[in-house]
Amino acid sequence: MKRVYVNERWCLGCHLCEYNCAFANSGETDMVKALQGAEIHPRIQVEGDNKISFAVSCRHCDDPICVKSCIAGAISKRDGVVRIDRDRCVGCFTCILVCPYGAVLPSPDGHAVRKCELCTDNASGEPACVRGCPNGAIVFEER
Amino acid sequence: MKKLDYVIVGNSTAAVGCIEGIRSVDKAGPVTVVSREPYPAYSRPLISYLLCGETTEEKMRMRPADFYEKNGVNALLGKRAVRVDPGRKAVLLDGGESIPFDRLLIATGSRPFVPPMSGLERVERKFSFLTLDDAKALGAALTPESRVLIVGAGLIGLKCAEGIRDRAGTITVVDLADRILPSILDPRGSAMVRRHIESRGIRFLLGDSVAEFEKDRAHLKSGKTVGFDVLVVAVGVRPNTDLAAGAGCAVGRGIAIDERSATSVPGIYAAGDCCECTDVSSGQRRILAILPNARLQGETAGVNMAGGEKSFANAVPMNAIGFFGLHVLTAGSYDGEAWVETAPGVYRKLVVRDNRLVGFILIGEIARAGIYTSLIRERTPLDSVDFELLKHKPQLMAFSAQRRAEKLGGAK
Repeated sequence: MKRVYVNERWCLGCHLCEYNCAFANSGETDMVKALQGAEIHPRIQVEGDNKISFAVSCRHCDDPICVKSCIAGAISKRDGVVRIDRDRCVGCFTCILVCPYGAVLPSPDGHAVRKCELCTDNASGEPACVRGCPNGAIVFEER
Repeated sequence: MKKLDYVIVGNSTAAVGCIEGIRSVDKAGPVTVVSREPYPAYSRPLISYLLCGETTEEKMRMRPADFYEKNGVNALLGKRAVRVDPGRKAVLLDGGESIPFDRLLIATGSRPFVPPMSGLERVERKFSFLTLDDAKALGAALTPESRVLIVGAGLIGLKCAEGIRDRAGTITVVDLADRILPSILDPRGSAMVRRHIESRGIRFLLGDSVAEFEKDRAHLKSGKTVGFDVLVVAVGVRPNTDLAAGAGCAVGRGIAIDERSATSVPGIYAAGDCCECTDVSSGQRRILAILPNARLQGETAGVNMAGGEKSFANAVPMNAIGFFGLHVLTAGSYDGEAWVETAPGVYRKLVVRDNRLVGFILIGEIARAGIYTSLIRERTPLDSVDFELLKHKPQLMAFSAQRRAEKLGGAK
């Protein structure tokens, strides 16, 4: 199954993936309109210091503990993608408590959670973090 | 080979996990579910969200309507299992039927504990808060003028308080303990959450208890009197172990199970809130009555019942709970050396013992808490990670490049 992977050796720590992610999930068609002056809430996050950096997003685990822990049945895995049903999610944050990657994040409204769905839930068509990575550090591939 | 007959007593999270576990191995053996409740499996932790309108009965259903049929499950809902005959390998129901089994799962959950309280029988509108029927009955009794008295400031009592806040006039919570949520919070964290809940107009009377009930008022030990129209008793729960004990299963605090969810009687398994298992954060045997454990124990039982091999060996207590927008995430046990960080609206406590993270409390700032939880569950030696980085925030940067490559890069 194809997943998003990050090569630490190539990641510049530029945070562009976060902006591309936020734009892809904004529902807007104009990047300036989507992001200018806005606080962004991406589903991928860059970690690191001056020497090493890397981006972290959902691993779409083979046996996802978030799916099994969700009290609302709001998380499911279909076609290799771990998805959130925002309508069922009650924002209890059990998934945040159990995700070993720290890849499930609270939504800005405090209700529900947000996470990478490999851009299958927006109009991007392919993972926007991958497409926009200036150094080819983020890839979408089978391993 | 003869098909195995599976029987599951109980129809909540552990039962659903068990059905899916069985079917991951055995597509054919008939499964019978026996449940006292007349509903298809629903999520019990959602009952407070039902009362405040954040979910619906429909959305509370754990699985689609055709789940039982698709999985070849004969669901006997609204029936009670009264006895297990381990010799004849049969479950006896209250209607007199006898259901034979080759493999049995006991997933009977827990029941409210109502301590003897003088005069309780005089109270007409009194409720527990565990089941869908409890929630419906409580919801039907509430009016915007209701004065609600909740006995118990634990997880159940306080989620109930939050769920009914906008549907009642006043809410008073009484607890014998001197702080709220004592099972998951230390005094400092507890005080912080209490202030937040109080700011929403809920009144606490702590270190106090009801000496005597009248029809519409409670006389407390302290001498105070609290008038009420609706009473919720949420003092605690007790595991339903009678069926298992009657079948000869070893029972401690709960039904004793091992990592395979097996009881001491061959062919009989147990899962969920009725069980005790090993808490890897403390090494002690405990009842870990939380939904994720029920799900994982149930699935583990199902796989093993069907002849597969599955082990669930890293259960820990953990809770994600929020009140009026303030989120509280906790895990593990708190016996050890503590690191504490505070900021306005934020409380973070990490507890370390023997080179391991064994517990944490995060209030207000909860991002990426699962990184901490996984350190507890995997018993990661702290000298193999950069704990100085982790103290301030959970991050994968704290792991070695090699571990990170394994975790994030799919490297073996």
